[in-house]
Amino acid sequence: MNNCFDIIRAGTNTTFQDNGRNNLNHIGIPSSGVMDKRNYVLANSLVGNKIDFPVIEFAYQGPLVRYRGKKINFVITGDVMFKIIKKDYEINGNCYETYNIEDGDQIDIISTNKSVYGYFAISGEFNLNFQWGSCSINTTAKIGSNKGKKLQDSQKIEIININSIQIQKKLNYVNTRLEKIRVIKGTNFNYFSNEGKKIFFEKEFIISKLSDRMGMRLEGPNIENIVETNIRSEGLIKGVIQVTADGNPIIMLSDYGTIGGYPKIGVVISADYDKLVQLSPGSKCKFQEIELVDAENLFKLYEIETNNLISQTR
Amino acid sequence: MIKNISNLGDAALYCDFGEDVNKEVNSNVIKYFKNIKEKNFKGIINLTPSYNKLIISFDLKKVNFKEVKKIIENLDINEFKSESSKKIEIPVCCADFFSLDIKRLEKKLFLKKDKIYENFFNKEYFCYMTGFIAGMPFLGDLDKSMRINRLETPRVKVPKGSVGLTEQFANIYTFESPGGWNIIGNTPIEVFNSSKIDNPNLISPGDLVTFKQISLTDHKNYNE
Repeated sequence: MNNCFDIIRAGTNTTFQDNGRNNLNHIGIPSSGVMDKRNYVLANSLVGNKIDFPVIEFAYQGPLVRYRGKKINFVITGDVMFKIIKKDYEINGNCYETYNIEDGDQIDIISTNKSVYGYFAISGEFNLNFQWGSCSINTTAKIGSNKGKKLQDSQKIEIININSIQIQKKLNYVNTRLEKIRVIKGTNFNYFSNEGKKIFFEKEFIISKLSDRMGMRLEGPNIENIVETNIRSEGLIKGVIQVTADGNPIIMLSDYGTIGGYPKIGVVISADYDKLVQLSPGSKCKFQEIELVDAENLFKLYEIETNNLISQTR
Repeated sequence: MIKNISNLGDAALYCDFGEDVNKEVNSNVIKYFKNIKEKNFKGIINLTPSYNKLIISFDLKKVNFKEVKKIIENLDINEFKSESSKKIEIPVCCADFFSLDIKRLEKKLFLKKDKIYENFFNKEYFCYMTGFIAGMPFLGDLDKSMRINRLETPRVKVPKGSVGLTEQFANIYTFESPGGWNIIGNTPIEVFNSSKIDNPNLISPGDLVTFKQISLTDHKNYNE
């Protein structure tokens, strides 16, 4: 018997992701990959996979799937409400806790709570096509597994190499929210008036609905540009904060356009990226200036924390 | 040759080659890009060359800004022999159906249609960079009489294969995408093909490109 999931409802933005692909920015292909790396590696380590295995990433409303096949473990990470529907009963699931499912069981990933992305991993492998070493779906360039498209209603996901050792695991971890995003000054920081710089580091911004895997738009007081609202097009990376002609910031995320022409006021530090992407539309954030050396140390700390969490799942 | 190296966040180098945009400056950018790519330095994960900048991003788990900066500063760029650039001919159909902005071009450039096409097709272009969307080449320089600003309101959808003009550059839309360039024609050629793993891009930075005018029938039959 083939093991698989039938997708009954795909959800709003459900894709396969892993660490993404490198060395392609120069031809216009961004790295893509999971938005929230910590939740990604925790999902894989809880089900006993290698931490760089493909997982299902969903945003807001996740998928409803029916499982067919031999007993298997799964886990959901993030801050997510979900149910496991068995033949005779249902249970509400907890994130960071593994569950086993059998032929005919359904998993209903209802929604993320006050966050954006969640991760769904199984003790096995999704049978996927890789492109440039990664399954990560980039829907704009139609690259990655599933022909570069989001998962669709009534499609099937094949599963291979099921791990038959079924160990229940649970991790005590709560996703903390972060209201202050730490930022290193950007290469065009001096394009902005003193008042504009002050506003950027002192006022609150609201995450706009126009946010997706490519970028996050923010709304707030106008950041005044006193030099030029366009720069000559140049490379972008994830975390760059550009200010468009209307005075609002846009933060580049994992599926960023590789080249852009708006001034860069700042760059989000690597240690805060996972938390940044979880800010949902309507929520508020503030930026805090930080020096390069401090950002590097914070990243080391963040890595140590992540590794500690991984070791707790072993 | 690099005027200044600074950090772009905590995981990238921002190499500035100076304010001017011309082939000489851009050739330097491309030389550095190819050289660094070939050397395959530990921790460097992406290179994004543009007109006069090169962004080098790295894996902060393996290296840091200071270390990568040192590598780049100590590069002996002269030992690198650049491979000869490719010459590529791109067929373009300028039938009214494809030449979406020809009326705007006539009006803004004060040139008749035929003169616009003559100026456009009689030149060889240099690929400064590729990107924005996968595989899109930025080609220059257009004849001085052909330089025009972006559309005031960008199109929500520019058809795949569209050839656009803005300022000193021409580009090709490798996918249907939003965009504000002035569309002069359309090519039936696949400029980006993601199934070609090693070389998905037809045109790479440093290549030389000419455009050849084709009829609507040729355009239709091109892929048959």
